[in-house]
Amino acid sequence: MELLDTFFNWDVFVDAFPLMLRGLGVTVLLGVVSIILGLVGGLLLAMLRLYGYAPIRWFSRAYIDVMRSIPLLVLLVLIYYALPFVGIRLSSFAAAAAALSLVSCAYSAEIFRSGIEAIPRGQFEASASQGMSFFNTMRDVILPQAMRIVMPPMTSNCINVMKDTALASVVAMPDLLKQATQAQALSANPTPLVGAAVMYLLLLLPMVQLVSWVERRNAAGGKRA
Amino acid sequence: MSNVIEIEHMNKFYGQFQALSDINMTVEQGEVVVILGPSGSGKSTLIRCINLLEAYQDGDVRVADQRVENGPKLAGIRCEVGMVFQNFNLYPHLTVLANVALAPVRVRGMSRRDAQVRARALLEKVGMAAHADKYPSQLSGGQQQRVAIARTMAMEPRVILFDEPTSALDPEMVGEVLDVMQSLARSGVTMIVVTHEMGFARKVADRVIFMENGRIIEQNNPQDFFTAPQEPRTQAFLQAILHH
Ligand SMILES: Nc1ncnc2c1ncn2[C@@H]1O[C@H](COP(=O)(O)OP(=O)(O)OP(=O)(O)O)[C@@H](O)[C@H]1O
Ligand SMILES: [Mg+2]
Repeated sequence: MELLDTFFNWDVFVDAFPLMLRGLGVTVLLGVVSIILGLVGGLLLAMLRLYGYAPIRWFSRAYIDVMRSIPLLVLLVLIYYALPFVGIRLSSFAAAAAALSLVSCAYSAEIFRSGIEAIPRGQFEASASQGMSFFNTMRDVILPQAMRIVMPPMTSNCINVMKDTALASVVAMPDLLKQATQAQALSANPTPLVGAAVMYLLLLLPMVQLVSWVERRNAAGGKRA
Repeated sequence: MSNVIEIEHMNKFYGQFQALSDINMTVEQGEVVVILGPSGSGKSTLIRCINLLEAYQDGDVRVADQRVENGPKLAGIRCEVGMVFQNFNLYPHLTVLANVALAPVRVRGMSRRDAQVRARALLEKVGMAAHADKYPSQLSGGQQQRVAIARTMAMEPRVILFDEPTSALDPEMVGEVLDVMQSLARSGVTMIVVTHEMGFARKVADRVIFMENGRIIEQNNPQDFFTAPQEPRTQAFLQAILHH
């Protein structure tokens, strides 16, 4: 019973719960903002990487490789603790959102690129032969098909972004993990940490299951439009 | 008569390999030209140069007196040159109706409503009106190709290029596509058709062009082309094909 009291202490949990709930809100907000910025930036980056002029292509490629190589935590610390030395002082939320989306857009760019490259040449040719502009070809013909292909890997990527928001507690952002560790310190009891873990699971497990569901359906459904 | 297409001294290279050599040809308004030739002779390459799906290196290709080249005018030229592909290349994520209506809305600036009304009329023409709300993957090859023809017609091009439109079809579906093409030809649509269907060439073509090794070897009206070919290489080709 001592174990239960230590890890699942109801009183401690009830005390910490309101702050943790607020922390969960911050975590979700940070995740959603970073995911959206990462998707938009990733699509843009994929376009530059595929269709830009040579120097732009080269630059996009370098950016993507660098961002996929640098540890997220290192980038976050750089943005939050090093940038102020050149006069750029970001809030912990802005710093975390910047680090997360800078990295996530590199990954989504590669995912978008693989999806676009999987579209048969005939689709580009049919569209071009009708006089469709590059923009229209992308919007009406290529991307709708590519989106379907990249759905599973893109959702995985979004899950990773959501998970990585926990790193933001390092720069003192009051997210779920930060609130939990503070509550744990205050009450000298690890129950808030267990609670936080459960809340992360409740948030992410459905997303993970969604991915497997989509993958299974794609495998079974074949090519049906 | 006005020429829809004029090609003068055109050369086309893939790297070092010369795929087309000194091509000269014209196509008049309303004419149906069939291009024949053995595999690898450059038939596809030639018609793909007309809408610049392939770039050519020397000479001129003109459509309605405009030189076909990269630049701001290219999209406008492509509106005037429809293309029907061997593998249909329908947009798989769009319904049949949306396939036909897409480009007129996006390129010609037609209202969605008008484009759909016209799309239905065109689908009627190719016998596909009953399938307007299906997706391409739900159709047979012959049906898909008829939709692709309607999609091309929707842009009201001055000329339509066909690259072996029946070669990917099961034999029993070839006829329905050829019938549609024949009725287009009758209604005065200018067409350039790469095909191995000799019956179509005989019956529908105004002129037959024979190609080999990237060159135009001979061209003539179908009557003379099939009964009295001039060049030995044409004779050999016809021998091989007709006695199979
Ligand atoms: N992308 C390419 N790169 C290099 N060579 C090519 C390319 N496309 C075609 N060729 C070559 O150019 C020549 C003409 O090809 P093309 O496809 O125009 O022939 P075709 O007459 O249409 O033949 P088929 O009846 O088999 O379709 C061939 O020798 C082919 O190998
Ligand atoms: Mg060919």
